[in-house]
Amino acid sequence: MSDRPADVRVHDFREVDTGLSAAEAIAEAERCLQCKKPLCVRGCPVCIDIPAFIREIADGNFPRAARSLKDQNMLPAICGRVCPQEAQCEGVCILGNKETPIRIGALERFVADWERGNGPELPEVAKPTGKRVAVVGSGPAGLTAAAELARAGHAVTIFESLHEAGGVLTYGIPAFRLPKEVVKAEIDQVLALGARLKKNHLAGRSISMDELLDYDAVFLGTGAGLPAFMCIPGENLNGVYSANEFLTRVNLMHADAFPAFDTPVLHGARVAVIGGGNVAMDSARVARRLGAKVSLIYRRGEEEMPARKAEVLHANEEGIEFFTCTNPTRILGEQCCVTGIECVKMSLCGIDASGRRSPEPIEGSEFTLDVDMVIQAIGTSPNPLLVSLIPGLERGRRGNVAVDKNGRTSIPHVYAGGDIATGAATVIEAMGSAKRAAAAINAMLKGE
Amino acid sequence: MYKVESATKLADRVYEYWIRAPQVAKHARAGQFIILRLHEAGERVPLTISAVRGDTVRVIFMAVGKTTQELATLHAGDSIKDVVGPLGKPSEIENYGTCCIIGGGVGIASTPLIAKELKNAGNHVIGIIGARNADLLILEDEMQEICDEFYITTDDGSKGVHGFAADVLKKLLEERKIDRVWIIGPAIMMKVTSGVTVPYGVKTYVSLNPIMVDGTGMCGSCRVTVGGETKFACVDGPEFDAHQVDFVELMQRQRIYTGQEKVSLERFAEHQCRCGEGGHHHE
Repeated sequence: MSDRPADVRVHDFREVDTGLSAAEAIAEAERCLQCKKPLCVRGCPVCIDIPAFIREIADGNFPRAARSLKDQNMLPAICGRVCPQEAQCEGVCILGNKETPIRIGALERFVADWERGNGPELPEVAKPTGKRVAVVGSGPAGLTAAAELARAGHAVTIFESLHEAGGVLTYGIPAFRLPKEVVKAEIDQVLALGARLKKNHLAGRSISMDELLDYDAVFLGTGAGLPAFMCIPGENLNGVYSANEFLTRVNLMHADAFPAFDTPVLHGARVAVIGGGNVAMDSARVARRLGAKVSLIYRRGEEEMPARKAEVLHANEEGIEFFTCTNPTRILGEQCCVTGIECVKMSLCGIDASGRRSPEPIEGSEFTLDVDMVIQAIGTSPNPLLVSLIPGLERGRRGNVAVDKNGRTSIPHVYAGGDIATGAATVIEAMGSAKRAAAAINAMLKGE
Repeated sequence: MYKVESATKLADRVYEYWIRAPQVAKHARAGQFIILRLHEAGERVPLTISAVRGDTVRVIFMAVGKTTQELATLHAGDSIKDVVGPLGKPSEIENYGTCCIIGGGVGIASTPLIAKELKNAGNHVIGIIGARNADLLILEDEMQEICDEFYITTDDGSKGVHGFAADVLKKLLEERKIDRVWIIGPAIMMKVTSGVTVPYGVKTYVSLNPIMVDGTGMCGSCRVTVGGETKFACVDGPEFDAHQVDFVELMQRQRIYTGQEKVSLERFAEHQCRCGEGGHHHE
């Protein structure tokens, strides 16, 4: 496995990481200690039997490795690429104490890619139960719930408002990190289990709440789609984007290929990206691929960035300039277009509620960066549209749907999982909560 | 795929399409819109729902950009790749008393559904439709039939009152009490016309048409400033209190992609020429 050289990859949207060869995968799998009480499994939000699938790889039995993996996770090629393994399974791998942990993510990806290339095998599906389940949203949470419930024999209908399924996997994560054909293939696998996909259906609008609540069970996986803005002057100037808009234009609408594709996107010569998470790194690296000189502005230090270390490194390699401990105060413009961004340096002092060092502006440290485009990647909050239309659905403090540990909402047969329930989190956490909710739905439908 | 049931040219560059989209037709209310995407390489374009009949919805558009020009080449029986809706909040329909609904140019398309729902709610409905000249007036008979009172204005006096809808509105406001006003048309027309109701303190709605992508509140492309706050037209609107809207910003943001739109249009025109398409099959 190796990353394509930065000076080559910044000119295209092809995958950065080229993956393991079969020989590399077997060699890596052979390093696994096959712990009796594997910590890695406990570190996995969807409880993959990690030693089991790694043992199959070591034995060179890739079909059985794939079967074992898909027993717990129907989206392995996606998870192998975008999971923050360093904070989960790999983070607790016992080998990490002395040498490097097993590269579980790379192995997961290898098996999934191998299977995709060799004709995937479909898991067993229980016989029809006659129960109807509506799944709202086809992102990581919705796809996971749909797969689990379809496998249990329920008639699952997925409602997706966009013209493509996948949610953030499709519109948010760029192809150089998650190729779109990989996403498509894994969605096709979920649909092959019998789940029906209704695209262009915005729940609450294209299907009424009554129609939705008429299903035997409803799973809400509508995500954290609402982009946050900083609320600083100049934010509505032409050339200021939310990361969601910028990434959607490129990833979903293919604006990078304009005019062959009809959707345009501005190509800034000097772009400022605000934020320090994975979405900020993605935005910066997409802007770089569109030809911009990119400055990334983050109010804390590089250590505090919520983005995966690998993504920060990739961004660095690709020539993204980091302005850490810096906060924007104003976006400057002339003739309604962006001409610059005024920032202030921050000092880190004390520890705030999030457990990170709290940034405070340093008086007199203001400076201006000359930029012609700004992308704000400072977070998203739960999509309020559908949940505000369901009478009696209790909501948490941040507008999320209030759920118990099994994804139950305040309405008996309505469940929720993923970012709509937890607030913005990772793909795998969304999948984990969807899996728990699907298990609870399944138990309810079976009358347990 | 969503089938075009009928395609008619109503006026110069103005087309009326009925599109089969059952899930939209079933739930559509006045003031809402659809987003359509013509094909795999298409962009997502919002269009107001102008009428509903059975499983079909009507849209009326002016073929000015690449996508609307391409849409205008479709015939009855052709298909559109994607249609999603109804999107946006429905108009706030209540029995207010006397309501005036004004459509300017292609914005007239939005007026019949709103007028009809206001009428059904028990309002006395006054309709005003205006265009540059008589040839550009659309939906005249339809509005005449729905409204209790009906006025036509043309900028050049070729039909109805010589002048703007704003002139008729001003006269009406001087003569009697009007409880609510709706104005739908080009941004500049909405800005000017809604200015007329300010001194009379009449609550006035306008339907905003900023650039959108998803239309479900996810991207913020359509953000507008209303009462000093940023709102998303796709989910918080598209109708807003006219007196709170920052129209200058709206018009600026509508021009973000002027350069790219020109490139796209020229490329399309060139392609049409090579294929020998005239684009006038509807007459």
